[in-house]
Amino acid sequence: MFRNNYDGDTVTFSPTGRLFQVEYASEAIKQGSVTIGLRSKKHVVLVGLKRNEDKLSSYQKKIIKCDSHLGFSLAGLAPDARILANYMKQQASYNDMVYGKKINLNKLSELLALKAQKTTQTYSGRPYGVGLLIAGVDNLGVHLLEFQPTGNVTELYGASIGARSQGGKTYLENEFENYLEIEDLDELIAHGVKALKQTLKDETLDIANLSIGVVGEDIDFTILEGKHVEKYL
Amino acid sequence: MNHDPYSWGRPSDAMYGQYNNAIANAPNTLEHHSSGSNFNENTTRPIVTGTSVIAIKYKTGVVIAADNLASYGSLLRFQGIERLHKVGKTTVVGISGDVSDMQHLLTILDQLEMENNYDNDEYSDNVDELQPSYIFEYLANLMYHRRSKMNPLWNALIVSGVDSKTGKPFLEYVNLLGVKYASPSIATGFGSHLAIPLLRKLADSEEEAAELTLEQAKKGIKDSMKVLFYRDTRSSKNYSLAVIDKDTGIAYDNNVDVEDMSWKFAKDITGYGTQRV
Repeated sequence: MFRNNYDGDTVTFSPTGRLFQVEYASEAIKQGSVTIGLRSKKHVVLVGLKRNEDKLSSYQKKIIKCDSHLGFSLAGLAPDARILANYMKQQASYNDMVYGKKINLNKLSELLALKAQKTTQTYSGRPYGVGLLIAGVDNLGVHLLEFQPTGNVTELYGASIGARSQGGKTYLENEFENYLEIEDLDELIAHGVKALKQTLKDETLDIANLSIGVVGEDIDFTILEGKHVEKYL
Repeated sequence: MNHDPYSWGRPSDAMYGQYNNAIANAPNTLEHHSSGSNFNENTTRPIVTGTSVIAIKYKTGVVIAADNLASYGSLLRFQGIERLHKVGKTTVVGISGDVSDMQHLLTILDQLEMENNYDNDEYSDNVDELQPSYIFEYLANLMYHRRSKMNPLWNALIVSGVDSKTGKPFLEYVNLLGVKYASPSIATGFGSHLAIPLLRKLADSEEEAAELTLEQAKKGIKDSMKVLFYRDTRSSKNYSLAVIDKDTGIAYDNNVDVEDMSWKFAKDITGYGTQRV
């Protein structure tokens, strides 16, 4: 006989008050490869471990730039992240065109949270199965934000999401007082790569699977990949 | 093909009854005109209007002025209509042209301010407060958008202010066509003929404007307002004057009168009206 599993849509609560679809979406992040973000007073660094499906295939993109001052790394369903990337790019360029001003991170996070939250209370569709670490700079300084499928967007000094991300998080928790004051960008990146290494099990970091994104008051959002990350290994 | 439904032939009346002629004459629902003419008509002329706005940059800010009159054609119909408007903390927008369109612009500027407060939370009155450049960019886009819809807002705007971060004076113009430009001194309407030559005598370039004192700039604007009152028949003696300074903020006086006038020349003017020559 038919019985309700309470996980078919996001408009039905389970008797214990949970929305299983939303929980599944959060679970999807943990299936994705790890990405770590950390910030100092002047810079934000994103590091990510790229995965390839098999030896012969290329690596899945891990970091996406949305505007000159703004980008993110993702863990979870990459196609969902692409939808959000397009949305962020559009909002950023709209702000630029209409007001002649770069969008600030506060406004962007509010828009993003609103968009994601809608999916947690409409019958059709599903929540976004992806977590984002958003890095950017605005009039207020640098920001690191974590986006979750629940519609939560939080600002952080360090964040770690994805498979086995706990190791990276522990590293950041222990080190954050040290890296917060760092002036030199390369040093901050080194911390990021070190944190990323705590999460590895079978893999080893190399120039093919390490992706780095940086942004700061003195540098536009830049993605480092391939031979440009060699010196950080 | 002949598009007239009447020439398409009739189904037999015996079968379907008399054809309802109202069908072919039914209004097209896309067009909300009910008065018989089958097209939309947008503003083709301004009705109640405000005359010139004039402004000039000086060392640490901008001086801007516009009179407090709304004319209905050549009738000086409404007095006490202010045409300078504060937006945010360091911007004043001066509006000439159609007054109803000006009132529409004011609600839009209110919304802009409100949205900025909402988007930036506690930062909306410090690091992310509205700058004159943001407001101008928005208005210029709006004006061009409306003219592109063949439904322009019949105004010429002057956005004046100082950037609260750099302290640089800001002065730019946009009109109903979406044409925009910046200059050390700007005037709309009659002012561009009568006031601009006077203001350019004071400061012909950005460099010269950067040397101008507040007193000089204010005097230049006041003299220009006097000349405009002499010669522009849609102007009034009573006007508003705003000074936006990087250090002291906005000083706005909505009740200034043209002073030290001399109408001695008037008795020698002949050839107009009912007087005998």
